[in-house]
Amino acid sequence: MKHYAVKRLLQLIPILLAITFLSYGMMRIAGSDVVEQKMENTSGTVSQEMIDAAREELGLDKPFIVQYFTWLGNLLRGDMGDSYVSGKPVFSTFVSKLPATLLLTFVSILLTVVISIPLGIWAAVKQNTATDYVIRVASFIGNSLPNFFVSLLLMYLFAIKLDWFPVISKGIGLQSVALPSFTLAIAMSAKYLRQVRATVLDELSKDYVLGAKARGVKFSTTMIRSVLKASLVTIITLLTLSIGSLLGGTAIVESIFMWDGVGKMAVDAINMRDYPIIQAYVMWMAIIYVLVNLITDLSYRFLDPRIRLGGIEQ
Amino acid sequence: MNGTVTVRVQKIKRNTIKARLIFFLALAAILLLITLYADRLAPYDPYAQDLSKSMLAPSAEHWMGTDRYGRDMFSRVLVGAQTSVFSTLALVAAISVFGTVVGTLCGYYGGALDSIVMRISDVCLAFPGLVFALAIAALLGGGVSNAVLALAVISWPKYARVARSQTLALKSSDFMAAARLSGSNSMQMILRHILPNSLGPILVTAMLDIGTMMMELAGLSFLGLGAQPPTAEWGNMMSGGRSMLQTYPWLVLSPGFAIFVTVVIFNLLGDTVRDYMDPKNSRAQ
Repeated sequence: MKHYAVKRLLQLIPILLAITFLSYGMMRIAGSDVVEQKMENTSGTVSQEMIDAAREELGLDKPFIVQYFTWLGNLLRGDMGDSYVSGKPVFSTFVSKLPATLLLTFVSILLTVVISIPLGIWAAVKQNTATDYVIRVASFIGNSLPNFFVSLLLMYLFAIKLDWFPVISKGIGLQSVALPSFTLAIAMSAKYLRQVRATVLDELSKDYVLGAKARGVKFSTTMIRSVLKASLVTIITLLTLSIGSLLGGTAIVESIFMWDGVGKMAVDAINMRDYPIIQAYVMWMAIIYVLVNLITDLSYRFLDPRIRLGGIEQ
Repeated sequence: MNGTVTVRVQKIKRNTIKARLIFFLALAAILLLITLYADRLAPYDPYAQDLSKSMLAPSAEHWMGTDRYGRDMFSRVLVGAQTSVFSTLALVAAISVFGTVVGTLCGYYGGALDSIVMRISDVCLAFPGLVFALAIAALLGGGVSNAVLALAVISWPKYARVARSQTLALKSSDFMAAARLSGSNSMQMILRHILPNSLGPILVTAMLDIGTMMMELAGLSFLGLGAQPPTAEWGNMMSGGRSMLQTYPWLVLSPGFAIFVTVVIFNLLGDTVRDYMDPKNSRAQ
């Protein structure tokens, strides 16, 4: 286990380097007009000398790879440059917006678990009955609705027609988080529910379930003690896999509901061509995603004795 | 006795799947025809502005109402299908072909090419999908083709992986050894034996991907990173109507339902193709 964890941590290094390199590279591709962009915002005519001077000041005249390592060094000290628009340091801006997104993500995952796991299990137990059918149709519909449409539908229904929730989030609170997190949870639950159902069905078809039934063990006991326990690893893995789409999905949902997190920050930055902010967003989201995947890998090795004891390698 | 019953049940199941497949294929074909002839089917010019008719509620004359500039929403939704549906289909076709070619070559030849391509795909997969697409679209600027390109960059590895694993599995099978012994060269092996046998799973992946890609493409347009106004496209039409949701909900609801219905049709078709290809449902002997 320890050996495996160390191995996985070492494997992380090239991936992190690639992520930072790519984030930097993308920024530099856009960067050809970075200086001009800055100049445009200041005043009238700009001479070539002024552009060159500005390039030199930003270190843009040095070779690409040197610039990358300078940037990486700064990054490790928490310096990601300043926003073109607000002039504030990128890193602290990002950090100040992150808690809101993490809260939204957390509540969405919580809602997803609360919605999809019981429904998935229920559908599996009642396979091929009306209940199963209704749950599956609901999941199908949820899967076919883009999240910006769900956002607007929920907003229209609950904020405008029924007036239960604010249209635009007022600060960070229970009332404000409800609609955006529900939007995200609908899409995730729809996908997730199918997988929970399939996993539980697969487990239910195993011989030990029949054996337990033959010995007269109560169905609920088999269900809780064995089936759910055995399905847990798959369920957790699938849940973390969906975090990637969740992290991307927050961008649209946050900007619709004016939720002041990193997603809205990124969309605003894209509209303003504020590259340092976009870069920070892409890079940190990728890093968070990679770390979440690593933690999942490690945790299910811990949860599943077959993997933990080395029965199955890789 | 029991065997006969199973065979018969399987046969019935197979026939229902086949009927479903034909039904959804027909629906998709109708959808494509409507899209193709949207210009002619549209009752009004989708770009003609008439400010005296601005913001009309849905009526017999304007089925989905009119927008701020008095443009007929129904005509715009119809014509918007061309951008949304055709660019999605082009996207899925491009990434599935590219991914399949790359993945098959990687699986067949292995070695350095395989390692390099798989590491590239690892990095592409290390970015949460839409986040990466957002960044690329932001770099390239607005426009449908740029949004398609952004999604293509993040989505091809999925196909490469499916094609690669198919190729690896086929490579070690006996019939491949026989083909090689009988003198087939690499090109013949790939074209005659590997590709025809690995197309099934790739087709299923592609069919199931159409709905997702359509939603993501519309999402990018919604954020202003895809089709630009005044182009009629579902995502940017919804984005345009968003601030007027309270008083003129049809501006958002009509393109929204258009996306929903289209995605439902393609998802149902995708599910059916998957069931049809599933060996568990294949014709019982």
